[in-house]
Amino acid sequence: MKAFTYERAKDAGAAARAVAGRPGAKFIAGGTNLLDLMKIEVETPTHLVDVQDLGFDTIVKTADGGLRIGALVTNTNLAADARVRRDYGVLTRAIVAGASGQLRNKASTAGNLLQRTRCPYFYDTNMACNKRRPGSGCAAIGGYSRQLGVIGVSTSCIATFPGDMAVAMRVLDAVVETVDATGARRAIPIADFHRLWGDRPDLDTVLKPGELITAVTLPRPIGGKHFYEKVRDRASYAYALVSVAAVIQPDGTGRVAFGGVAPRPWRVEAADALLPQGAAAVTARAFRGATPTEDNGFKLPLATRALASVIAQAKA
Amino acid sequence: MKFDTPATTNPIDRMTVVGRAHSRIDGPLKTTGGAAYAYEHPAEVADPAYGYVVGAGIAKGRIRSMNLDEAKAAPGVIAIVTAADAGKMGKGKFNTAKLIGGPDIDHYHQAIALVVAETFEQARAAAGLIRVDYTRSKGQFDLAAVADTAPLKGGEPGKPPEYRVGDFEQAFAAAPVKLDQRYTTPDHTHAMMEPFASIAAWNGDALTLWTSNQMVDWTRTDLATTLGIPKDKITLLSPYVGGGFGGKLFLRSDAVLAVLGARAAKRAVKVALQRPLMANNTTHRPATRQRIRIGATPDGTITAIAHESSSGDLPNGGPEAAVLQTQLLYAGANRLTAMRLAVLDLPEGNAMRAPGEAPGLMALEVAMDEMAETLKMDPIAFRVKNDTQVDPKTPTRRFSQRQLVRCLEEGAQRFGWSRRNATPAQVRDGRWLVGMGVASAFRNHMNMTSGARVRLGRDGVVTVETDMTDIGTGSYTIIAQTAAEMMGVPVDSVVVKLGSSAFPVSAGSGGQFGAANATAGVYAACVKLRQALATRLGYDPADLALADGKITSGGRSTSLEQAAAAGDLSAEDKIEFGDLDKTWQLSTFGAHFVEVGVDVYTGATRLRRMLAVCAAGRIINPTSARSQVIGAMTMGVGSALMEELAVDKRFGLFINHDLASYEVPVHADIPHQEVVFLDEVDDKANPMKAKGVGELGLCGVGAAVANAMYNATGVRLRDYPLTLDKHFERLPAVA
Amino acid sequence: MTAVSEVELSRRGLLAGSAATAIVVAAPASDAAPLPQAPAPTSLPVSFEVNGKRRELSLDPRTTLLDALREHLQLTGTKKGCDHGQCGACTVMVDGVRINSCLTLAVMHQGDKITTIEGLGTPDKLHPMQAAFIKHDGYQCGYCTPGQICSAVAVLDEIKRGVPSHVQDDLTAKPRATNVEMRERMSGNICRCGAYSNIADAMADVAGENA
Repeated sequence: MKAFTYERAKDAGAAARAVAGRPGAKFIAGGTNLLDLMKIEVETPTHLVDVQDLGFDTIVKTADGGLRIGALVTNTNLAADARVRRDYGVLTRAIVAGASGQLRNKASTAGNLLQRTRCPYFYDTNMACNKRRPGSGCAAIGGYSRQLGVIGVSTSCIATFPGDMAVAMRVLDAVVETVDATGARRAIPIADFHRLWGDRPDLDTVLKPGELITAVTLPRPIGGKHFYEKVRDRASYAYALVSVAAVIQPDGTGRVAFGGVAPRPWRVEAADALLPQGAAAVTARAFRGATPTEDNGFKLPLATRALASVIAQAKA
Repeated sequence: MKFDTPATTNPIDRMTVVGRAHSRIDGPLKTTGGAAYAYEHPAEVADPAYGYVVGAGIAKGRIRSMNLDEAKAAPGVIAIVTAADAGKMGKGKFNTAKLIGGPDIDHYHQAIALVVAETFEQARAAAGLIRVDYTRSKGQFDLAAVADTAPLKGGEPGKPPEYRVGDFEQAFAAAPVKLDQRYTTPDHTHAMMEPFASIAAWNGDALTLWTSNQMVDWTRTDLATTLGIPKDKITLLSPYVGGGFGGKLFLRSDAVLAVLGARAAKRAVKVALQRPLMANNTTHRPATRQRIRIGATPDGTITAIAHESSSGDLPNGGPEAAVLQTQLLYAGANRLTAMRLAVLDLPEGNAMRAPGEAPGLMALEVAMDEMAETLKMDPIAFRVKNDTQVDPKTPTRRFSQRQLVRCLEEGAQRFGWSRRNATPAQVRDGRWLVGMGVASAFRNHMNMTSGARVRLGRDGVVTVETDMTDIGTGSYTIIAQTAAEMMGVPVDSVVVKLGSSAFPVSAGSGGQFGAANATAGVYAACVKLRQALATRLGYDPADLALADGKITSGGRSTSLEQAAAAGDLSAEDKIEFGDLDKTWQLSTFGAHFVEVGVDVYTGATRLRRMLAVCAAGRIINPTSARSQVIGAMTMGVGSALMEELAVDKRFGLFINHDLASYEVPVHADIPHQEVVFLDEVDDKANPMKAKGVGELGLCGVGAAVANAMYNATGVRLRDYPLTLDKHFERLPAVA
Repeated sequence: MTAVSEVELSRRGLLAGSAATAIVVAAPASDAAPLPQAPAPTSLPVSFEVNGKRRELSLDPRTTLLDALREHLQLTGTKKGCDHGQCGACTVMVDGVRINSCLTLAVMHQGDKITTIEGLGTPDKLHPMQAAFIKHDGYQCGYCTPGQICSAVAVLDEIKRGVPSHVQDDLTAKPRATNVEMRERMSGNICRCGAYSNIADAMADVAGENA
């Protein structure tokens, strides 16, 4: 871990300015992903701005009947919120399917959105990785890629976004709210928040340097049955091979997003429309143009079967 | 004490303490954080410096240059140790690859430097500043490419490379019912929870090394050899070991680097191998590619059985002895086993819990299940039919005890085996396809010389000292039970001191030989102490009874405190063995039963129930023995369903080298587990009449899971781990 | 991506695995553009309460809470198993909530109340969960044990507080301390010795007493 200086910011503006004004500066909230990566020098911030005092730790109702989730609300508290459990069950289900109780107690809402990939080549600094060191190559291509991406990936990077929470937020059409050093605010639809790698896999999201996530808003509840089906080798405390977040209405229509397959929570709205036709129709559309490797081609039929289980449960 | 004739009645047979469930005497320390592991000696080492290990970035080749300038200038750095300035280093008897690489690199993450600094944070940061230029050489990393052409290799020195009885080829060709299948098992890592860790402190030319190690004397000896230090100048301490599973049998790089670092820094140095280095820096269980052929008559009598296995290791390494159990487990007049050993440039392969049998039974016991199905026999009946009470190669040589059939039959009854539907893929519970599986468990018992010193203090307290280790096996407690039984005192009047090279050399912990041999060594020392007591008191040693804190003989009785009033009495002895293990085959047996559910949608397999029935000689402490078995069953679930070191065949490393990407079972993976120990005393084994269970509990578990999965789904898998991607597309259509 | 040729890999500057020999230079892991010179680490003051006792420390900001406990306060009961949040051996409670102490900086805990295994009980005065672990043999090598016990205590509290879990059928219902609930919630604490079944028994024992 490289040396860094540390400050505890008093307000959002100061925090944003502290990071925007210093190349190499980063925010730290729960720290569960950032410190993991700093220890192996995948992340090497020179200055950390601790945002824990900024107060973004409440969940409040919005004017249009949705919820505004403070950026610092922990995964546990978000999953446990009675309104979330009642009206946005897919979100609670996704969160409690991820990580461990200890990690969920520390991990923040914003931090979880910013979670970096778990590609093993990203984690091994002896290996070429365009995400870690742009231009160095991608050792994962042609390597061990069972966990890696099947769609939305590029010839520069085949990593996935590894999280669960964001997959549920994607079916809920959440919006990420930010503020920057000038005080300017942005509302970024979750669909646009995570980038596809293209030739810049080092950039995970559309956030600008110093842009601070303040909240995530959920539109008013959409009803329906809520599911988060996570497929993994061990029963708990493991990343998804494939996950399915879905909200299914009584008439069989609904929304579906997939995790563990792409650089972002993978949802194709045109595929949602095919839900009444069954899982195979949805995944055929959602994964059109997929480019799996020899190791991870199974994720495509697996996604279909995982979605089939959700549809069957919705009908039950 | 030489043990060369079967044991007769002895004080252990009273079983007032031995054989009874006893909670661990180290429990209060372990549950309150008071047990001090290798890295945790602030009282003894007040101001240590911190070491951070740098691993090689290539699998094979040479260091062209190493630039240490920036690292040396970094804040807090005291010293940097590399092979270049470590002086001449030897290699220990138990190491295949050298522990410190450079300039030649033998495997990925081979240690190439230790940065020593005032703080852990400084050492870690400085390690990141070392720049290394390598020249990479071509290596062989792909077992599949060389498995069939690798040379034959015998399991033991001096033995022919193939084991043959009768004429396998002819008998197999003639057999009316045949099986010829191939199975693969991947590389496994021990993944013990406590990292390899050491603190080294020099005092003049004397060295004290706290280290996490299973075998105190082996490691002390190999450290002396490796660094050219007189052995008697080394004190090695390993009182608590946070798991080993074979990974900590040997001297490893953390210890060597700590010693070199302490010498360079002129200060005590502590080193813990970083978790991301562990899989590649240390040893692992090698992958195997196995072929099994079984020929039988239609009534299920095996007439021919062959088990061949290929594995790889670094030059001068050894094979994974996956075929050995097949020489002894089932009857059959015509037999063949053979092993091929390829040279691979992956990290060093070596022992991991039940080496040989663990991967061997994962194949053999699936083959038996397949053969039973072909014969239209129940898999238990097929095994029972082919039971043998003698070594098939030397029929005059009997098993000292062999209760395999009882294990299978009693297990079947307890598990409700009769409810199993012999036709696969018939049982459904909601989204789960449900199946049951069985496998035999088999593991040989090994005799090892083991010593101990026992002292009776004036306070009546019995103190046992031996360099035996407790790696979670329960050594502290069973040794206390043994001494308590022998000296007629309660367990809380016994103090057990372990893991110091200042104590008599014991069997150590490995190969499930620890419990039986170490307690037998304590037994021997106690016999001597009893004689010393008799001599002091003028009692007839032939007629001694020690019970309730008193020693009694010929109508006379004295309390132990009184007997010791004239001064502490101490005795040291060791158990040594004759050739009873050649006259008799000493083995342990068991049967594993599992019920699984396979998700019809995703193919994910989850355990529903597990049962092990074991026959392993006298069980010294049913509590800790049961824990050993359920723990081994848990590891067996891991090897069946998820554990695999993923080889990157281009760069020659295990790429999933942390605990997030190498998955081992978690709480949610494990269902209720039941363990039954059959009554057994093995008088051919040792005076304790005990054998081991710690590895038996793992042997066969993976195959039982595989067989249950087949029973659930009708899809037979032969390549471990049995992950969902290998079968879900062959499960019933759902979409 | 089904196939990327060796030539293409090579062109992309991948470490050349196919060539007989190649020169590999270990280089900084991440930074595209050189970052400004990192400052020399200076110590920062921090004070928090550990097991009811106020502690004042001056720490390198890189020091994790785990290393502060183990190396600066000699509270070595909290274990370092992986140092990366992958095993749970370092579990402690901060303000009543269990976390991985390896993935948090000590300086971020100004004013916090930390409870470690040493704060739960002592050999002479065991916490009920510690006693239950001994009774049910909920450990073997003992290295993961302090983390398991801290987690077990916290899990029963989380169940009592109604924190939901992955294995709950009805998210709006109050969870119960069933075997399957405890096993799911304990899954962030790996025990390679495999004492899981005994730990579940120990927790059930304690949960029963409290019920």
